Amino acid sequence: MLSSAIGPTEIVVATDVVPPGLQLAPLLVLLPLVGAAILLLAGRRSDRWGAWFGVATSAGAFAVAVAVVVTMLGLPAEERVVDHRLFDWISAGGLDVAVGMRIDPLSMTFVLLVTFVGTLIHVYAVAYMAHDQDRRRFFAYLNLFVAAMLILVLADSFLLLFVGWEGVGLASYLLIGFWNHRRDYAVAAKKAFVMNRIGDLGLIAALMLMFATFGAVDFATVFEQAPAADVALLTATGLALLVAACGKSAQFPLQAWLGDAMAGPTPVSALIHAATMVTAGVYLVVRSAPIFEGAPTAQLVVVIVGGVTLLFGAIVGCAKDDIKKALAASTMSQIGYMILAAGLGPIGYAFAIFHLVTHGFFKAGMFLGAGSVMHGMGDEVNMRRFGALRTSMKVTWITFGLGWLAILGVPPFSGFWSKDKIIEAAFVPVDGEPWRAWVFGGVALLGAGITAFYMSRLFFMTFHGERRWNDGSGDEHGRGPRDGVVQHPHESPRLMTVPMIVLAVGSVALGGLLAFGDGFVHWLEPVTGHAAHEDPVLPVWLIITLTLVLVALGVLLAWRRYVTTRVPVAVPRGSVLTRAARRDLYQDDVNEAVVMRPGQYLTRSLVYADRQMVDGGWMGLAGLVGSIGERVRGMQNGFVRSYAAIMLAGLLVVIAVVLALSGGADATDALTGPTS
Amino acid sequence: MTASTGEAVLFWVLAPLMVVAALGLLFTRKAVHAAISVVFVMISLAILYIAQEAPFLGVVQIVVYTGAVMMLFLFVLMLVGVDASDSLVETIKGQRWIGVLLGLGLGSVLVGVVAQTAFPPSVGLTEANAVTNPVALARILFSDYVFAMEVVGILLVTAAVAALVLTHKRRLSPRIGQREVADAKVSALATGGRLTPLPAPGVYAQNNAMDTPALDPQGRPIELSVSRVLRIRGQERSAGTILAAERDVLLEHEPERALPALRADTSVDASADTTAGAAADDADGADTSDRQER
Amino acid sequence: MELSNYLYLAAILFAIGATTVLLRRNAIIVFMGVELMLNATNLAFVTFARIHGDLTGQVVAFFVMVVAAAEVVVGLAIIVAIFRTRRSASVDDVNLLKN
Repeated sequence: MLSSAIGPTEIVVATDVVPPGLQLAPLLVLLPLVGAAILLLAGRRSDRWGAWFGVATSAGAFAVAVAVVVTMLGLPAEERVVDHRLFDWISAGGLDVAVGMRIDPLSMTFVLLVTFVGTLIHVYAVAYMAHDQDRRRFFAYLNLFVAAMLILVLADSFLLLFVGWEGVGLASYLLIGFWNHRRDYAVAAKKAFVMNRIGDLGLIAALMLMFATFGAVDFATVFEQAPAADVALLTATGLALLVAACGKSAQFPLQAWLGDAMAGPTPVSALIHAATMVTAGVYLVVRSAPIFEGAPTAQLVVVIVGGVTLLFGAIVGCAKDDIKKALAASTMSQIGYMILAAGLGPIGYAFAIFHLVTHGFFKAGMFLGAGSVMHGMGDEVNMRRFGALRTSMKVTWITFGLGWLAILGVPPFSGFWSKDKIIEAAFVPVDGEPWRAWVFGGVALLGAGITAFYMSRLFFMTFHGERRWNDGSGDEHGRGPRDGVVQHPHESPRLMTVPMIVLAVGSVALGGLLAFGDGFVHWLEPVTGHAAHEDPVLPVWLIITLTLVLVALGVLLAWRRYVTTRVPVAVPRGSVLTRAARRDLYQDDVNEAVVMRPGQYLTRSLVYADRQMVDGGWMGLAGLVGSIGERVRGMQNGFVRSYAAIMLAGLLVVIAVVLALSGGADATDALTGPTS
Repeated sequence: MTASTGEAVLFWVLAPLMVVAALGLLFTRKAVHAAISVVFVMISLAILYIAQEAPFLGVVQIVVYTGAVMMLFLFVLMLVGVDASDSLVETIKGQRWIGVLLGLGLGSVLVGVVAQTAFPPSVGLTEANAVTNPVALARILFSDYVFAMEVVGILLVTAAVAALVLTHKRRLSPRIGQREVADAKVSALATGGRLTPLPAPGVYAQNNAMDTPALDPQGRPIELSVSRVLRIRGQERSAGTILAAERDVLLEHEPERALPALRADTSVDASADTTAGAAADDADGADTSDRQER
Repeated sequence: MELSNYLYLAAILFAIGATTVLLRRNAIIVFMGVELMLNATNLAFVTFARIHGDLTGQVVAFFVMVVAAAEVVVGLAIIVAIFRTRRSASVDDVNLLKN
């Protein structure tokens, strides 16, 4: 369906003429927003229908998205970028910002992904959260999240994007802390929120820089003027945007919150921390392409950040025993791939988004699978207590397996088409500097191998090997999980398995479908521009072969260690690297030592200084005035005669002074007036 | 121009008297005496005004100040209490010395200013008063000062209204007139009130003293007819005790009249009421002049 | 006799009036002191009118009288109102507005 774009297209300048079909677009945001408002305001009255109402608004948004995309496909490629201006928002001196929607292939790709995966996860959550008495609130937050994400991707200015950005941050805070009666969950929510604030600071700085440089913050003006702007300013803006992207997408060094964010209910993890929210950073970088194009240094930093995070996430993922945290680490790593691709320039933009879409499907599917496993195992998340679940959870096993194959990049599953392209693009030398191609290509290649290992480890530990949970029939190891608790793994209800199956189908087929005839790349060309074909430093067939060999090695290693060898239920001590990886490579410790403790000391000393010096000074002054007043107060004795005496004394002084100053004859003139 | 000899005599006679009278304001204990002193000063001032070629002001001074203002003062003095004399104990510490010092200081400064001033030779008002003093004044008042004149008129009206408002007494409860009393009595009938005044004590009783209850047609005593104060004090006398006392007197002085009554008393075993009813003729119950209502 | 003698008299009467205001506690007497001060200024005005041969001084004295009359009406009404509530005409008893 995407192959209708024929031939290379250059970046298209947005038109203000809105074709009839696209005027539906505001409904995309309004539907879930109104849904959230109704659910939050209706309170307990909506308990009965709230969940399905939430599903309906999300599905409605998806229907509108499909309508818009169909309309867009009917337009020639040059007319597919539309600025739909809605109303004036801020008009303050030199700053004029309107609320409008940038409707183009890039934003609509995101809209489709968000609404489709979002709707599936809504459906899944109806069953997953069936027994939660606050279900209605959960769906209100989910709708709020979808609305905020849509504002983010549909905004036509950086300022409106920032609104969606904050909305997403808020919704994720509310959802991570949904079970806020547990202290550690509430703390996790707070951590995510604070880390996101650092990113927001970057976005605010970028906004200020843009306003200072271009005098505007809307996409059209900024992108039009960006090529002519000063490189240093563009670099600063680009780096600020990168900080923002790092915060939202959990990239190094702001990655610490993602693992803890798994405190939220599993549908939240699937929706926010796999498929949509964390991709906002990638969206921001790709959207701001004209800025990064003018700032090669910033681009290089983007690639480095992506590469570091890619390896970081992969290493952490190898050591995690918590199934959700392992998946979170993998998300981090995969987003690292996307950021890396986005930093490579026009050659990588389309593949970054491509991988984002396919990843959205298979990662959401795997998270839902993890949720299904937890559902069947009584909320157990420790993989060391799973094993051999393939028999009792067939649907989950198969759908999860398809997602696993997709993330490994095994042809012809989705991941192969997108990830392999990124690895190829990483091997293309930039600016004729072959060392970058070798380094980044090597990192991407290595990452693929590690990914294969830890994802296989996760898959095998959960579904294969021997049973390590207590089914009540006498435990062969004599140590069941939470001894005495008998577990009865069972398949999840239909409402949960159907979304998993749909996502699994996407994991299998979507990649090939979109890659067919480079359809997806052409579809995005009005936004990303056409990349001139350049050859990688290695032949393409060699890269693919190397990748597949590394993946096969990873899987084999995992098979040997976790299927043929017995997995101990107790956590082994492990090597130095394993122990470090278990603790997220000491990221929290570093954060605490470098940021938190000095911050606390600074705060304390500031508070002390404030109390003692600032407050003390002012309080002392106030006290002085007060004590003077206390003394003088005695004169206000309430006796009229005293006041009269004081007045008379004042009068005498005035007369005496006038006499003394003017003296003699002048004084008489002053007092009696001129003589006639 | 200097004053004539006659004027000088007048001044030197009046001025010391005025100062003395003014000091009377300071030193007399009774407010009325102070008021009289001020009246004297003001009349003297009027005389001085006339001597100073200001006959209109002199007349106004007498009419307004002595005639109206000072009378108002005296009136308020009567209202507040004539004998409310000041206590000589000073309440504010040091106020007396401060007052005396400041007064002397003010006087000396003012006198000093006058003494230091070199006045031009005085012109006199013969020329200005050519058309008589009131006419000349009126010409100035109604030409140059006409606006001030209007404003002063408004001020006077405002002051009059202000005095009305300030001295007005608010009624805190509704007025109770004859109609309200009558209505209250009728509505109290249902709960045992009565329309008519109570009979005077002693009516139809043998004895018409203040402490003897009146008797109703059945000969029963009406307790309410005795003064409330006596009832509360317990000094009320029942008919029976009166009868017993009378019997004692009769027995002592006219035993032949007392015995039949005594027999009847014991045979019928009547209460004091019936006996009293029988003896009602003897009682002089016509005198109701000092009865007590309620 | 110099006309300035009238001015000396006015100055002395004014000072006596002022001292009365400071020393007496009966509100009515204090008020009379104020009247005395006003009368003293009137005398000065009348004398100045004579010295300069200009009747404006008398006009001003006339206005002072009218204003004084209005002031007496209001002032006495206030004294009566205070006396009604506090049963006292002493200016020292009206000292709630302090500290």
